[in-house]
Amino acid sequence: MSGSLLRRVRVAEVEQVAARIKRFRFVDIDNAPLSEFSGGSHISVVMHSGDRMMRNPYSLMGSPTDTSSYQISVLHCGKDSRGGSQFMHENVAVGTELEISEPLNLFPPAKLAKKHVLLAGGIGITPFMSMMNDLDSLRSDFELHYGVRSLEEGAYCKYLQSRYGSRVNIYRQDQGQMIPLQTILGEQRLGSHMYVCGPKPMIDWALQTAELLGWPDENVHYEQFSAPPSGTPFIVKLAKTGREIMVKGHQSILEALEENGVDAPFLCRGGACGQCETGVIACDGYIEHNDHFLSEAERVSGKKIMICMSRIQTGSITLDL
Amino acid sequence: MALIFKDETFRDDFTYTNSPATIRRFPFPFIEDQYRYSVNIEPHTPGPKGSVLEFPFDIDEHYVSEMRDRAMVLQDDPGRCQALPHMMTAQWDMLELVMVALARDYPDHFTLHRDGAHWHWINKPLKIDQKFVFGEVNSLPYEPMEYIGRQVQGDFSIQDQRDNQLWMDAGIITSQADWSLDFDVGMNFFEWHAPVPLAHEAGVFERALKFLLNLQIGKPVRRLNWTMTINPRLDTSPENYPKWGTDRTTVTPENVGKKVHLRVEMQGLFRLPRSNAILFSIRGYLMSLEQIVTVPKWGRRLPRVLKSLPQELVDYKGLSRYRQTAIDWLEKYDDGAPTTPGNGPD
Amino acid sequence: MTPITIKSRPVYPGLSPDLNARINLIVCDKGGAAAVSELFARAEPPFAKRSTVFVADTLSTSEMETLKKELAPAACEFLPTLSSGIGRLREVLNDAPMGLRLYAAGTEPLIGSVVQAAADYGIDHLSIRTEHRGSLMRRVQCVHCKGFIENVTTNPVTCTHCGLTLFVRDHYSRRLAAFQGVCIDAEIPGDVPPTEAIYQ
Repeated sequence: MSGSLLRRVRVAEVEQVAARIKRFRFVDIDNAPLSEFSGGSHISVVMHSGDRMMRNPYSLMGSPTDTSSYQISVLHCGKDSRGGSQFMHENVAVGTELEISEPLNLFPPAKLAKKHVLLAGGIGITPFMSMMNDLDSLRSDFELHYGVRSLEEGAYCKYLQSRYGSRVNIYRQDQGQMIPLQTILGEQRLGSHMYVCGPKPMIDWALQTAELLGWPDENVHYEQFSAPPSGTPFIVKLAKTGREIMVKGHQSILEALEENGVDAPFLCRGGACGQCETGVIACDGYIEHNDHFLSEAERVSGKKIMICMSRIQTGSITLDL
Repeated sequence: MALIFKDETFRDDFTYTNSPATIRRFPFPFIEDQYRYSVNIEPHTPGPKGSVLEFPFDIDEHYVSEMRDRAMVLQDDPGRCQALPHMMTAQWDMLELVMVALARDYPDHFTLHRDGAHWHWINKPLKIDQKFVFGEVNSLPYEPMEYIGRQVQGDFSIQDQRDNQLWMDAGIITSQADWSLDFDVGMNFFEWHAPVPLAHEAGVFERALKFLLNLQIGKPVRRLNWTMTINPRLDTSPENYPKWGTDRTTVTPENVGKKVHLRVEMQGLFRLPRSNAILFSIRGYLMSLEQIVTVPKWGRRLPRVLKSLPQELVDYKGLSRYRQTAIDWLEKYDDGAPTTPGNGPD
Repeated sequence: MTPITIKSRPVYPGLSPDLNARINLIVCDKGGAAAVSELFARAEPPFAKRSTVFVADTLSTSEMETLKKELAPAACEFLPTLSSGIGRLREVLNDAPMGLRLYAAGTEPLIGSVVQAAADYGIDHLSIRTEHRGSLMRRVQCVHCKGFIENVTTNPVTCTHCGLTLFVRDHYSRRLAAFQGVCIDAEIPGDVPPTEAIYQ
């Protein structure tokens, strides 16, 4: 049982919402109602580009109770060597049919929080779109701090301000505005929770600032969507069947297995959910752990790898598959 | 096919009994002659027509009487139904899941009309006709979990998911195998399973938790669990232990076939879409040893399994006082012939 | 001190300072105060300066004076009972900002009451630093009549509300801040094993 149920959808709408960001709206191919979902959920979109298959996770942005369509936003990453976002921008138009997974939530709001402080950087705004929808309908106390390069590059600035008013704070890099995180986190009531989604340096900065201000780890949450990093090719040996499979430079182990017809477990494909955890039987290279799931002790042991995100630098690795 | 509902009791005079057709569909929990602990989680996909697995929520001939017993338990002890304040979205999720399933699977008995948030629910066996507004608590006579929980067989708990844990933050539990919702509400997955022997050390709960945290919308799973109960009593709660504990000393070689019941729980786990919580259904089935041995395969297998139980489990399940009496009686039905694999009747 | 038996049994890892916290709020009893003073000795003086200690226990004037000196430069408040200590804690938490770190040191009923009260203010139990000191006495809830029995030192124990003889399990509820007590002679009334004073 690997992966999740796939559903065929048709692209009903594409809108350029910011300089490098497009919004896509999907409807079920037979116009059947889609599953409702909870704030913070994402789906995977399956893309076939030539002989390559990619599955990228994107946060759902619409209202969680709207079952007529799903919406995602995709940032065109120019230097993205894997090409998932490029494919969405250049090959997907109204009428294109795609496969998507059912929603999965790895970034839910903490239901016991007294207040929610949301920090978004650039395209990191996307999981907060549905989360704010939920929080607002539950009348939960929240505030958003959203850093953008400029108003041209920041998606949904106007929409957010008109819908949520003073709860939304936008900071424009082109005008030298920085998120005043020290002040924001220093003035929150007890029982507040912080959520951050954005580029890795921003997440690191937010986590560190919170810690230095005495925020307990339990009150701090983050989501980082990153594509599996590229690297040099290496060999994966499968202990149970004796097969040897080449993982190309732009592929993850999981993608290489799938390309070769091997059914391996996975779910989020972003190194967060733990579903693809795989035993390492032998490895003559250095494992680059790119997931957010394994503990430090598990990494040091060298006995486990998350095959959706992690790879080795050179040589070969034998997996318990 | 319309079900015919029996009028029977689960207390005092204990008139509960299974009809021959219900015996055949009993989810006998042992797939081999030896007891073996396993997580045994499988997809909760529709089973054969007429089986207890045909639909996600199984309704049978005991429905009306079980609901009457539940109402009596709740009347005496409202603490058997509890939901922490942050579980309201999940309560509505549960109500929707159950109503939609019952109306779809048992159209002769249940009807649901939906017009936006305006819902009309008809439950013919319990003579309920309710119009309400989905999402508005005041439009129902009870909170949503209790409202629908009083109309569907099985106990239910709802688990909130946060910090990579599941938290039992709501439940309606009136026919439990000796655990207290009132005490356990608010506990995490490891904590409420804490009293279970052996399984923690085997890593069973860690694996199960990891699996459940990634449970997906539209892909429910199920497992079987079992214990034994003296008399067909639904309410074997710790709260009322002084009322039913003495039953365990009343088993004799003469009455064991009638008194001792195998109690099987079909446990279903469903991801709830809006709340991201997990609904846990605990659908119980009771059958006396006397009725079990009417299926020759089960008559052969049950004594063999009971003999192979580890002592920790015998104590945990509370079988110590009558296990041997049950084995002695059951062995009359074990001719030593081999049994076929799987749990169904031959 | 408190061996792990089952997974619902709380673990008290011992006090450690959160050097980043802007306010340290410490609740303890007389026994726990010793753990607090050891904590201050381990951490640098600025840590104690950012700390307030609520000593919730019945103490003589001279005991208070001694403790005040021992715990300086932390601010000390003395509350005569556990429940008045928890009441004071609630007052402070009600207006407190993030950056406050909560600690509890003493008997299990004290730690449990702090954790229970803090939950109402959105403080996760894992973020409270705890150390068990002193008596092993327990707070027990009778699963039958739902009454709480304070300061239980024996097993079994008689329910002070309904009179049943209860076996004290290790099964613990943070929400109730209590262990579970279950009738020990439900199957054969009167068949009660000898009482052992195991939670002294």
